[in-house]
Amino acid sequence: MTMNTATAPARFGLFWFSSPQTFFPLAGRMIPWFIALTVVLLAIGLWIAFFVAPTDATQGESYRIIFIHVPTAWMSMFLYVVMAFWAAVGLIFNTRLSSMMASAIAPTGALMTFLALWTGALWGRPTWGTYWVWDARLTSELILLFLYLGFLALQAAIDDKRRADKAGAVLALVGVVNIPIIYFSVQWWNTLHQGASVSLTRSPSMATTMLWGMLVMALAFWMYSIAAVLHRVRTIILEREKRADWVRELLAEGRLK
Amino acid sequence: MLKIIVRVIRRDLLLAARQKADVLNTLFFFVVVVTMVPLGIGPEPNLLRAIAPGVVWVAALLAAILSLARLFANDYADGTLEQMLLSAEPLPLIVLGKATAHWLVTGLPLTLMSIVFGVVFDLGFQETGVLVASLLLGSPVLSLIGAVGAALTLGLRGGGVLTSLLVLPLYVPVLIFGAGAVGAAASGVSYAAYLLLLGAFLLFAVVLTPWAVSLALRISVE
Repeated sequence: MTMNTATAPARFGLFWFSSPQTFFPLAGRMIPWFIALTVVLLAIGLWIAFFVAPTDATQGESYRIIFIHVPTAWMSMFLYVVMAFWAAVGLIFNTRLSSMMASAIAPTGALMTFLALWTGALWGRPTWGTYWVWDARLTSELILLFLYLGFLALQAAIDDKRRADKAGAVLALVGVVNIPIIYFSVQWWNTLHQGASVSLTRSPSMATTMLWGMLVMALAFWMYSIAAVLHRVRTIILEREKRADWVRELLAEGRLK
Repeated sequence: MLKIIVRVIRRDLLLAARQKADVLNTLFFFVVVVTMVPLGIGPEPNLLRAIAPGVVWVAALLAAILSLARLFANDYADGTLEQMLLSAEPLPLIVLGKATAHWLVTGLPLTLMSIVFGVVFDLGFQETGVLVASLLLGSPVLSLIGAVGAALTLGLRGGGVLTSLLVLPLYVPVLIFGAGAVGAAASGVSYAAYLLLLGAFLLFAVVLTPWAVSLALRISVE
């Protein structure tokens, strides 16, 4: 399993950072920056959300949950694609780190999906009068959560890590091919079965400050996701490489905090 | 090329014929699940007629998933699967043959049985016909997509529950358009689009899933 005897790839070549050993310290150096970006962007975004953005004409103050709801929904879909991308890279180039990235992204993606559903329910109660409707977007978001949970469940069930990586990759790729089909079929199902009783797009013009708030919050959640994923991938690297020499050296030198 | 598919189908059908209980149990499960629904909901004919397509389709999904364990598990246990992986014949074709055989012993009997449910739930002649047609087009897709899940969970503990977790979300489009076709026929709208889309899913699945299954099998058995 150890790669010590293999010749190291050229420094700063395409695959230089594809080794867990070289990526581990890099991720450690990047995490504080992304945490700082998250904090700054969150502060700006929340300031816009609470003090700058005007009160909505029809929904009052309750609409302000949009600043959490929409960014998490965007991230939930974006992260699935990123996860499938790293899974595919891991499958094609047989790079362990790519598969570790995919495994590290899944919990954050599931969290974002869950938050999008949860905030959607809280938003739906005052505006639609119900926590849940079988709306196309809500239903497909719920199915996305099931896809994330399936990926996590599959990887958790396989003890052999390399097999878990590859099996998860196949599942993520099958999922990513299916997501558009699922999305459109759910949309069609909804419009044909119950008619558009609830429309999420009924406010045609959105105040520009609202849009800015949403964009800044989306960036904040993006930076948070990167920080969380990097932190988790470091943990995964340590867990899997605990018998490697370089981890033991780090441990011996007390540089592992 | 066709020869290997036919040979795999014949072999699997022969095996199924020697273990009739397995095949019949799946069908029996399908019947029992559908029967439970009126007992839970009540014997109101109009309500039952309205939910019949969804009930039959959901039961078909569950029955298909339950029977997936049989698809590769026995071959894996006795080493036949490894021989198939080593064989000079293209693995996707072998997989296609196995999925076809699986459909012949699960999907096809369910489809025929659904005629009875059309009568029991008091669906009209046309609705029953559309139900059968939708199952005829949709149930092979269940076998093909299910094969991916079965291959990925091969030999894992708690494989059965896990397979259903992986596969059920992927069944959503088939369920929507399968039950939707019957619903459209019942409300007098054209159902052609639903059946055409199911046909498209079938073609899509026939072309793509054997490759995914082959990849998953090589990962699981290596």
